[in-house]
Amino acid sequence: MGKTIAEKILSKHSGKSVSAGELTIVMVDGVMASDTTAPLAIKAFEDMDGNQVWNPSKVTFVIDHASPAPNERIANLHKIMREFAVEKGIRLYDVGEGICHQLMIEKGHVKPGNLILGADSHTCTYGALGAFSTGVGSTDLAGVMLTGKTWMKVPESIKIELTGTLQQGVSAKDLILYLVGQLGIAGANYKSIEFCGEAIIPLSLDSRMTIANMAIEMGAKAGLVSTNGLKLGYSFEHLEPDPDAFYEQELQFDVSKLEPQVSIPHSPDDVRNITDVQGVPVQQAFLGSCTNGRLEDLHEAANILRGKTIHPQVRMLIAPASKDVYLKALRDGTAETLTLAGASFLTSGCGPCVGTHLGVPGNEENIISSSNRNFRGRMGNRNSNIYLASPAVVAYSALQGKIADPRYAMEVEPECI
Amino acid sequence: MHLNGNAHVYGDDIDTDRIIPGKYTKTLNLNDLADHVLEDLDPDFRSRLQSGDILVGGSNFGCGSSREQAPLALKAAGVSVVIAKSFARIFYRNAINIGLPLVEIPHHEINSQDEISVDLESGRVVNETASKEYVGTKMPEVMISILNAGGLASYLKTNKNYSI
Repeated sequence: MGKTIAEKILSKHSGKSVSAGELTIVMVDGVMASDTTAPLAIKAFEDMDGNQVWNPSKVTFVIDHASPAPNERIANLHKIMREFAVEKGIRLYDVGEGICHQLMIEKGHVKPGNLILGADSHTCTYGALGAFSTGVGSTDLAGVMLTGKTWMKVPESIKIELTGTLQQGVSAKDLILYLVGQLGIAGANYKSIEFCGEAIIPLSLDSRMTIANMAIEMGAKAGLVSTNGLKLGYSFEHLEPDPDAFYEQELQFDVSKLEPQVSIPHSPDDVRNITDVQGVPVQQAFLGSCTNGRLEDLHEAANILRGKTIHPQVRMLIAPASKDVYLKALRDGTAETLTLAGASFLTSGCGPCVGTHLGVPGNEENIISSSNRNFRGRMGNRNSNIYLASPAVVAYSALQGKIADPRYAMEVEPECI
Repeated sequence: MHLNGNAHVYGDDIDTDRIIPGKYTKTLNLNDLADHVLEDLDPDFRSRLQSGDILVGGSNFGCGSSREQAPLALKAAGVSVVIAKSFARIFYRNAINIGLPLVEIPHHEINSQDEISVDLESGRVVNETASKEYVGTKMPEVMISILNAGGLASYLKTNKNYSI
């Protein structure tokens, strides 16, 4: 029996051939923890009587979830991370440098074919590079910091073949929201998803990251995007599944007729066509997060908002995925365009997505957000309603003051709609 | 180990944001976590919970974020074991890693306030109120060893490495 991509990567890191269903001990290429998870990981590492981490150059810490510190309690947790990082010789990305997953890829901590564990569920984002990456908790992460290894069950795989071409105004975010809606929040539990097909080939790295990022919203252990068409600044081996690899499910979708998608409160898999939800008033628009805070996303919003002003009843918040993204947006005029349109830029990081600070919504307010989760209370207030959508939908809805279809932004003046 | 307690029953897809909202996760004080456990799902849960009680969920319990604070909050609040039809992957590992027992029972009929007894070694669960008995899905040996050690930190402190 041939191997899926997950089986190939996990075999390589087990030092023997392994197949779906087997338990194995794997050598890990790198680990990452954020300010939500690193303090507990440090505590667990100390409880394990840990002294030196197995390989300091393979451990990355990022202060992004509540960054800069909104209160003294969190400030002191950040301090614990900085002190540990200095003592152990670990690379720490501090306030404003960006979101952990963006930095892991942008700064070269992940390469195609790697096995990476991160103490954050959206670690699956690195599947955009063809790396097997998955989220773990703090204590599992501490175990890897100590031993360089972990135990794992080799997952079964689901193949999703995407055919056709996305229409204008429809993006990778709409595609992955659609798939989350189709498979459901537990539809890929414990499984590895392989995304392949002609619709993937033209996609940028930014778009591929958006797709891999939300694999966890279907419960997947990993979301591997075919590296067919992927361009990196270096040469790498393209991993392909064997022709006789076993897939638990093989699904096909033609993306050509897909319209913008919106996930409605309070679960990411409650996904509707935008035509069914347009007109819902919004008070806050958020552009950012590890799903959609990259340069391509900011460009998408700027193209819609250039020369216009957002609706007076809407506040629009933008958190670039990294300082590098922000700098590029400053240099090419995108940040100026968006600021002139009425948006406010926040520190690069997770921003209001995790509900700690920087834009907690009020009671009964509706938020249109480019992030990945709309669980009740996710943004810090259980009495608010989060709608998930693409950067284009977020920008056009901010302009209209209500959920609006960005395909119209390209044809007619907004007030005519 | 044998556990007895009253059931608190919730539905499917109980996500970690509802187990412990993100805004409360940034702490090393477990009592702070316990104070807000399940707050956005059931604001009265904490006041009704007796130490040793049993939390019962439907399918995909603990989906969403990788925050270990979710099982830590349940354990610190006094939940002795979580029973569910299925668990989300990261929550499952996290709970075992911090020494919170879980039992997966694909089909169960348990109502709130039912008196439940659990034998962790055999995975046998008895709903004393309804006189029904179930056997939980067997955990991999490595997880049983981690749970028996009281969690992954003490497992690795003793063994220095994993064995499966």
